[in-house]
Amino acid sequence: MRLIRLLRFCAALLALCAPSTALAEEHPLRGQINALAEGGFDHVETIVGDLAATGDPSVVPTLEALGEGDLFYRKDDGLVVIAAKAPGRKYTLSDPLTDEALGEVKRSAVKKIKVNNKLRRAIKAALGGLTLRSPDAATRAAAAEAVFKARDADAIDALDAALAAETDSGVRALMTEARAAAVLGSDLSDDDKLAAVDVLLARGDQEAVAVLASVATGTGPLAAAASDAVTAINNSLALWDGAQSVWYGLSLGSVLLLAAIGLAITFGVMGVINMAHGEMVMLGAYTTFVVQEIIRTSAPELFDYSLAIALPLAFFVAGAAGFAIERGIIRFLYGRPLETLLATWGLSLILQQAVRTIFGPTNREVGNPSFMSGAFELGQITITYNRLWIFIFALIVFALLLLLLRVTSFGLQMRAVTQNRAMAAAMGIRTPWVDALTFALGSGIAGIAGVALSQIDNVSPNLGQSYIIDSFMVVVFGGVGNLWGTLLGALSLGVVNKFLEPYAGAVLGKVLVLVFIILFIQQRPRGMFALKGRSVET
Amino acid sequence: MTSKQAGVLSAALLTAALTVGAGAKADDDTIKVGILHSLSGTMAISETTLKDVMLLLIEQQNAKGGVLGKQLEPVVVDPASDWPLFAEKARELISVHEVAATFGCWTSVSRKSVLPVFEELNSILFYPVQYEGEESSRNVFYTGAAPNQQAIPAVDYLMEQEGVERWVLAGTDYVYPRTTNKILEQYLKDQGVAAEDIMINYTPFGHSDWQTIVSDISAFGSGGKKTAVVSTINGDANVPFYKELGNQGISAEDIPVVAFSVGEEELAGLDTEPLVGHLAAWNYFMSVESDINDEFIEAWHAFTGDEDRVTNDPMEAHFIGFNMWVKAVEAAGTTDPDAVIDAMVGVAVPNLSGGYASMGANHHITKPVLIGEIQDDGQFDIVFETPGLVLGDEWSDYLPDSRALISDWREPLACGNFNVETGKCGGQGA
Repeated sequence: MRLIRLLRFCAALLALCAPSTALAEEHPLRGQINALAEGGFDHVETIVGDLAATGDPSVVPTLEALGEGDLFYRKDDGLVVIAAKAPGRKYTLSDPLTDEALGEVKRSAVKKIKVNNKLRRAIKAALGGLTLRSPDAATRAAAAEAVFKARDADAIDALDAALAAETDSGVRALMTEARAAAVLGSDLSDDDKLAAVDVLLARGDQEAVAVLASVATGTGPLAAAASDAVTAINNSLALWDGAQSVWYGLSLGSVLLLAAIGLAITFGVMGVINMAHGEMVMLGAYTTFVVQEIIRTSAPELFDYSLAIALPLAFFVAGAAGFAIERGIIRFLYGRPLETLLATWGLSLILQQAVRTIFGPTNREVGNPSFMSGAFELGQITITYNRLWIFIFALIVFALLLLLLRVTSFGLQMRAVTQNRAMAAAMGIRTPWVDALTFALGSGIAGIAGVALSQIDNVSPNLGQSYIIDSFMVVVFGGVGNLWGTLLGALSLGVVNKFLEPYAGAVLGKVLVLVFIILFIQQRPRGMFALKGRSVET
Repeated sequence: MTSKQAGVLSAALLTAALTVGAGAKADDDTIKVGILHSLSGTMAISETTLKDVMLLLIEQQNAKGGVLGKQLEPVVVDPASDWPLFAEKARELISVHEVAATFGCWTSVSRKSVLPVFEELNSILFYPVQYEGEESSRNVFYTGAAPNQQAIPAVDYLMEQEGVERWVLAGTDYVYPRTTNKILEQYLKDQGVAAEDIMINYTPFGHSDWQTIVSDISAFGSGGKKTAVVSTINGDANVPFYKELGNQGISAEDIPVVAFSVGEEELAGLDTEPLVGHLAAWNYFMSVESDINDEFIEAWHAFTGDEDRVTNDPMEAHFIGFNMWVKAVEAAGTTDPDAVIDAMVGVAVPNLSGGYASMGANHHITKPVLIGEIQDDGQFDIVFETPGLVLGDEWSDYLPDSRALISDWREPLACGNFNVETGKCGGQGA
């Protein structure tokens, strides 16, 4: 430790009198980097600016670590280090300038250099300037985005140099936009700025509006051009907004569809008012949690497959629970809807409390596999991957269920039993057995829905409760006993909800949808697609 | 049938005998402390932990010899997140179990529901959760934060440190967010923020589809002015909200979210990697560096037998409230409510952040205000701390109805809503 202190001292001395003959062992920026350990956020921000101004790529790891919150300093000698967590409440240290390993220390031997949002923004902007010439195209693109956000006039020279060397056309476009944003914030001539306005108009998104809005105030040809560009972009954004609402609506609809489709079997086809339906969804979600927990502890490399593993298990767990419920409770209550309602309601409370006792009352963490994280841009619409996958998944589940009902012999028996129980029994179908399996199927599908919902909602004992009302709403609206009705009901309710939300707010929007359904049911008591035939009367 | 009836009868007799026995025992050598937190239903997620922390505090106090030479005996009831049941259970605690004081409630509606019971039967309630203010009862001690101890310093921080000029006030649709947002809206306007730079949005309880709202926020935030979200979104709805923020790529550097209801416990169900830098304002964080906090966390882990259990702000509020009550009872020499209520005002006990909390004449306590940024391990890094302690302000100065009201439960005033303009006691805004 003393050696390092000595070296630091020497380096400082040498830097003072003879900067060109710096010690081979010691880095010239060491002093500045070690100064990060002292002082408040403002002090650190100044140093970050100074480090960025050196233009030396060797400071990049330091700045990256600082932004990530991995930069620490050793309490005994004040050396700034990068620390990574190691087992047993320890940290593995490495030198930010030379990447040299410095061994493991106890957690109490180092202290973190704190960062806040303002500082993180400064670091990102600094890194953007430093990594514009990085060999990796993705890094260069990220750097250009960071420079775009920073709108720093000083970055123009660096951007010009980077543009001259840039070969990737996508990154080139980003850099041109970043340059345009920087130009608008600089004191260059109006001609340059007018050209920049055109570049941003072509970009045409909200961030471009944000940049343009800052020069759109005042008079003169520049302000006029900027405000024209803002209007033009806003007009096209309004169109995209409509498309976005449709997508959001379809996505909400697919969640409703998943939650309701199991109920479409148990309530729609069998006529059982199953208030414990939501808890089947919850069981599916907790199955996902358990699967992920086991994967985390024993085979972390399988994490991306956790949902695929959880799906059949959730179907089996929820299906088995449904089978037991049908055999144990519901079969004694056929034809007595009020008692069924009360019994299943009680059952839902029992299941909730059981889960609360086993897993605890707090939320459980279910992670998104990598393919379900993040978003992509389609035009000006942001589509998140988890919503997209859930939408596709809901349609697949729907299609499979439809096939099961249409082409398998179990589906045939199921439809026969619901349409005319006595006749089906006379034909040799074991109706009680079909009842139990149908209920298990509906519950199992609810369990699958739970796997999907665990990706977007809380995994808590209350998970099911928040979907039960919506599920009944969808099934009744779509038409009891009709799968197509459930599909159309869910999607249309989702879209209507999302179009109302921006105008009426989420609370009033929901109320309006409920009022609409009440009025609709009064006109068409059997929903959108009424089932015709004998079964309706029983 | 007769045998069944006999069974019921004997069971009832047995219960009665047990209750009487317990009651008689209480008079002899224990002091009973009521714990009124939901252990089932929607609020169990937050309140179960508070029940556990009370059991820990009582155990610790008993190990130190109890209070007034008597052991403390916890009486736990479960109001099951059902507001009318809160009132019934409170009545049961006071009338049947004869508890000396009760620690409980989480939501404002549950507090409002038990308030008349505590006033009618003249007993004491310690309420540990941040709330909207606009209330002061002689029988309630508010150990959570009032809006001036949480919301206003957080807004100040964003204005000064982050240079925020546009504000989204997003909340769940019930009394706490609505009142807090009303106060904040007035405060922001007083600070010169234009009406079009404030967006207010309410969502139902347990809202899970945040796509539209998050994209609205991101559109609102792209107007060229720095934007922040002040979130009073409650409980479960936070997880999908933060997930959607992360998925739509809105980072804390672009639009920071400062939350008043998100603590360590809420983050436990979440991958916090995309949330780093979002803020929360509390009066305590588990990451506070002080010896007393380390001891408390160690005791908590030993008590629960789980190294992963987190501590949070309402737990600290119970820690303070319980120690204050013990001190007041010892000063009064009795558990008689009137004597204890009088002895409470001015009592000071250590808080967990290394300072002291004292009970004001308005039955609110002094607290430091801390602003923390979420870290990737689910903890908070404290980025700001008020230089001094802040006393809870029960009647907000930013609402026209309550501007003139003060509360002082000391004699001779002894009034919870004294109007300094008319010089009279009584009635909100009267």
